[in-house]
Amino acid sequence: MSEELNPREGVIHPEVRAPSDESERGPDGRRLQHAEAASKPIRADAPREPQPRGAKIKGNRPIDQGEAAERFLAAPLHQKAHDERLWDVRKKRDAAAHGIPEWEELREIASQIKAHTLTHLDDYLAQFEAAAKANGVHVHWAEDGAAHNRIVLDILQKHGAKSLVKSKSMLTEECGFRHFMAAHDIDIIETDLGERIQQLDEEEPSHVVMPAVHKTRLDVADVFARTLGTDPDNDDAHYLAESQRETTRPLILKADAGLTGCNFAIAETGTVVTCTNEGNADLSGNVPPLQIHSIGIEKIIPKVEHLGVFIRLLSRSALGSPITQYTSHFRAPRAGTEMHMVLVDNGRSERLGMEEFWTSLKCIRCGACMNTCPVYRRSGGLSYGATYSGPIGLIIDPTFNKRKYSTLPFSSTMNGSCTNVCPVKINIHEQIFAWRKVLAEEHQIPLLKQGMMKAAGAVLSRPAAYRAAISTADSALRALPRFAVYNPANTWGKKREMPHAPRQSFHAWYRQNRMNKDGQS
Amino acid sequence: MSAREAIFARLKANRPAGDYPLPAVPDFAPLVGDDLVAEFTERLARMGGRVERAGSPADPFAPVRSRLAGAAVIASAVPEYSGNRDLRAAQRPQDMADVDVAIVRARFGVAETGSVLFTESDLIVNSVAYLAQHLIVLLDPADLLANIQAAYKRPEFGQSAYAVLHTGPSATADIEGVLIHGAQGVRSLTVLLLRRTAPGPI
Repeated sequence: MSEELNPREGVIHPEVRAPSDESERGPDGRRLQHAEAASKPIRADAPREPQPRGAKIKGNRPIDQGEAAERFLAAPLHQKAHDERLWDVRKKRDAAAHGIPEWEELREIASQIKAHTLTHLDDYLAQFEAAAKANGVHVHWAEDGAAHNRIVLDILQKHGAKSLVKSKSMLTEECGFRHFMAAHDIDIIETDLGERIQQLDEEEPSHVVMPAVHKTRLDVADVFARTLGTDPDNDDAHYLAESQRETTRPLILKADAGLTGCNFAIAETGTVVTCTNEGNADLSGNVPPLQIHSIGIEKIIPKVEHLGVFIRLLSRSALGSPITQYTSHFRAPRAGTEMHMVLVDNGRSERLGMEEFWTSLKCIRCGACMNTCPVYRRSGGLSYGATYSGPIGLIIDPTFNKRKYSTLPFSSTMNGSCTNVCPVKINIHEQIFAWRKVLAEEHQIPLLKQGMMKAAGAVLSRPAAYRAAISTADSALRALPRFAVYNPANTWGKKREMPHAPRQSFHAWYRQNRMNKDGQS
Repeated sequence: MSAREAIFARLKANRPAGDYPLPAVPDFAPLVGDDLVAEFTERLARMGGRVERAGSPADPFAPVRSRLAGAAVIASAVPEYSGNRDLRAAQRPQDMADVDVAIVRARFGVAETGSVLFTESDLIVNSVAYLAQHLIVLLDPADLLANIQAAYKRPEFGQSAYAVLHTGPSATADIEGVLIHGAQGVRSLTVLLLRRTAPGPI
């Protein structure tokens, strides 16, 4: 028999859909939109276009996000598919949010719960630790990423473990976990499809929820052909996903240990909660004989009942889906196995002391601010050259390294959309602005951008006036001088119209709207 | 100073000024109507799952007959159906790797989202709910709750070693947003509405 008759035979499970079935459908024949599903086909056009790569990392030198963004823009097929895909997710988020009358109240309550917990974090962490220990869990504390990696390595070595399956965890990305373990001969296998694609391509995740969203199916076909031996000419998403399932499953079955991240850690019960669509955190936690959970200390919430707030917000904000396919609550070890929890600080306790920035610790990693950001959508997550990209990255990354990430807070149009969609009401765009000030005062800003700061004048240097301006305008673009938006330093501002171009000069607008009759502001 | 002590010392020293009380969470009106079965059915369908009413008392599994007939290995965690893989005799979670269909009973369902909850005692072997190719879930319509808020008032979350809400099958759309069922876990999830024959576990 010729192979052409059924190239899927032997490779593909008989129940996998044919390439002609673009997406799963419900009983009424309508396209299903749960998980990360797009509401309509968003196929990057053939022919193949080389995937634009991320920012060039040069040690501790400031990331040139603009340079990487230029290269992303120079790949129009990627840029268009990326932009459309994320905007589609943003629209799904809006529809999901509008479906809940109490949405704004939920955001406010979630924000207050986080503020309360963060301002009593030592108490709640102590409560969590006591509950976890009472549940028979081994609790570890790590001051930084390196300590986290050493602790996990130590656990693995004590058990003679040589392979570990894991679910997606931004914390372990922060810690450089995979690189560290590779150097110690531990085989790490990512089990989230998007994260696995990124691992096989030796790239960092470009989005907190959709790690490979910057790749087209053609890119994935290339990566899998190279690493998994799939047919390089078969770019059917069903074929690619199934190939990954079939090659990863044996690795899950023989893994010595499993590790998950943590979406929420419940102080009163010592529970780690993970939210996934693939069920891969449950495979990681329930199949191998040794179970580890890595937890950022800011993930604590006081009580189980608070999940009734956060679970309703998380997936709706992230993907426009009412809930993830799996919401998993790990509280105590399975009979005859060990369960370890590693609580990681890695800069969080320092950030708590930063008056203007501590509320960024409220972040639940939904990615809504990324999906809505015009800069992010048009430059790709890897252009930021940091663990966290998009608006939330602009305000978190400098806390890890002020010099290296000193330019990132300038990769924003300041349109405030990030703040408006944030489910825990972090004032993201105000913190971006505050970071610009801090970095300018500390001389972390390159000369060109320092000039821009000076020229921006009164408004940019006076938060009160700036806030007043943006509180009435639906877009700060109308409140910012044109050169601040279309400045050559803002590479992402090239080659396209900004969403709301100023209709009049800033000064005219300012005189008309903000000065009193005496001409005083 | 231990890492723990150092972290706690910094948290105390860096505690933000101001009073941030823990807000009370009001009971929000359910987004669903009174017909919880209809709401659950519709919402689970949107999440890629399927709901069937049980067949006659003599043959309650009739609606999933074709799924069961096509399965070589069936692991049942429920008294209503005898499979051919004994979950209680399983030595390792990996032993579930060749299961075609797993049958389990949900503690409760959530109409607002189309979710069902399992604990380790419902699954007997946790991994079966992920390694099986297909999942059939028995749910007593009387065990339907209106919303997620009601779910999180249930005692299972404070008592179980493992509690998990499943809302449809394993899914991914990580490649160009194309939705695919059976990403890493089950390829399908079918809820069979079937009353409990014995009182539910406490």
